[in-house]
Amino acid sequence: MSSINQLLLEAKSVTKYFGTITALENVNLKIHAGECLGVVGDNGAGKSTLMKVLSGLYKPSAGSLFFDGKEEILESPKDSQNLGLEMVYQDLALAGNLPIGENIFLGREPTKNIGLLKFLDYKKIKELTDAHLGKLKINVKSADQKVEELSGGQRQAVAIARSTAFNAKVVIMDEPTAALAIKEVGKVLDLINSLKKTGVGVIVISHRMDDIFAVCDRVMALFQGTNFAESELSKTSRDEVIGWIMGKK
Amino acid sequence: MENKDQEKESLYLKIMPYLEKYGILLLLVIMIVVMHFLQPDVFLSWRNVTNVFKQISWQSMLALGVFMVIVTAGIDLSVGSIMMLSLMILAIVAKAGAPWYVVVITPLIAGFLCGLFNGLGITLLRMPHPFIMTLGTLYIFRGTGNLISGGTPISGFTDEVRYLGHGRIDLTWLGLEKSQYLPVSLVLIAIVYIIFWIFMNKTRTGKWIYAIGGNPNAARASGINVNKILVIVYSLCGFLSGIGALILAGRTDSGYPNAGLQSELDAIAACIIGGASFFGGRGTVLGVFAGVMIMGILRNGLNLMDVSSFWQQVLIGSIIVLAVYIDVLRRDLGTRK
Repeated sequence: MSSINQLLLEAKSVTKYFGTITALENVNLKIHAGECLGVVGDNGAGKSTLMKVLSGLYKPSAGSLFFDGKEEILESPKDSQNLGLEMVYQDLALAGNLPIGENIFLGREPTKNIGLLKFLDYKKIKELTDAHLGKLKINVKSADQKVEELSGGQRQAVAIARSTAFNAKVVIMDEPTAALAIKEVGKVLDLINSLKKTGVGVIVISHRMDDIFAVCDRVMALFQGTNFAESELSKTSRDEVIGWIMGKK
Repeated sequence: MENKDQEKESLYLKIMPYLEKYGILLLLVIMIVVMHFLQPDVFLSWRNVTNVFKQISWQSMLALGVFMVIVTAGIDLSVGSIMMLSLMILAIVAKAGAPWYVVVITPLIAGFLCGLFNGLGITLLRMPHPFIMTLGTLYIFRGTGNLISGGTPISGFTDEVRYLGHGRIDLTWLGLEKSQYLPVSLVLIAIVYIIFWIFMNKTRTGKWIYAIGGNPNAARASGINVNKILVIVYSLCGFLSGIGALILAGRTDSGYPNAGLQSELDAIAACIIGGASFFGGRGTVLGVFAGVMIMGILRNGLNLMDVSSFWQQVLIGSIIVLAVYIDVLRRDLGTRK
């Protein structure tokens, strides 16, 4: 199945320095439509840096990114969003003081323009939010609830809903279950599986082998900022992947 | 049992937003009622009410500007100095014999440029906190104001220049007496506050200002140009300080070196009393208005009762602490831990 699927995003020999520190060195990554790639690695292995390069938050020191086979240079997260790449951050990147709907559409709010002024279209935000939450089967009391009033799992669901509200092709999730109660983990994993079915490519960064083996099709390990190992999920085992994280093959 | 709990919770969810939005207005109304009972003949008289509005007129402009800055989790300590510098520029331009429409527009441009300077400094020089940049410009702008004026007052403006701060709208056509006029500054406060209420609540830029205060990383990750919005906010804050200068010019008919001294602290106090959070993302335009009014009424009421101005300082300080403590209690109840 995944072999005939189209290549959505490819990173070729990405290198990133912070001053004298080498965070990434010649790292490659591919993600196809409808596929879930697990990215594992110890703390400081470069996972988060790689994701920030993919989303345009960091500029790579060397290397290139290809979206749908075309090389692109990202100036900001807005550029990667326009190319269909969305990021669900570990700290959730939600504004707790704003309601659910306004968080989902933050930065891309539907507006009614009068001259130069862009007035928010609150009615449309509410309609689109209700429809989108319904489609993903996310239950909240009301789209007008402030995010700071939600549980960790609900916040994660909002963050994922936010990432998919604009026909994303690739969604990157940084530790999507790390902050969740056990009963909420399953719901988030279900959400990832249903995203895959819609043809979205999902990249999951996780420490939890349970998550990786529940939703991923392929797994790659970073070690000290380099590609260390990669495999189809069916051709590897938990113990082997845990060994990769610690730098053992 | 569970049903009852849910009912209680949903009732709570329904009431809380209103309490959050309008609770401060309740405090304002209580204060007005108390003052009315303490000073039944004077406090709510036409003369005294318009007096309160005239007294708060320029402070309300500074407070509104500082409020927007505080919503972004920033601070602007330079508003008093911006107002003083704008006022001095206005005075010099007026003395040079420029036509009134030029004189009127100069403090607005000067204030805007000062705010722009703050905004660019904070973002381009990557100051660790706006406190530092605006503390610097607090001295820079006031020093500049003294340099260009020689540190001496410049008095005497034309009626057109003084209109916003000193003008009266005659209401005799409504059958009222000649002394029952409407100060132009009151109308100006209303117009400016309505415009900025719309800006903060109905426009996309306003929503982004709240988002930046709520979580700047979220705003950045959403593709919002955070630096650009910050520059806009500080520029608008300077612009409002410029309006303050124009009002003050009308009220005092003079540009003087001590104009707006320490008024940045009054502006911050009004925002805090009005429910704006120092951590950003929280507060309403209506709240700031209530905060300005509370401070104005307190000063006015205590003056009417012949209470020493030293007591006013003690009371205003106490209200700041109390208002924030109430806010802390409210937040303990309102959000999940």
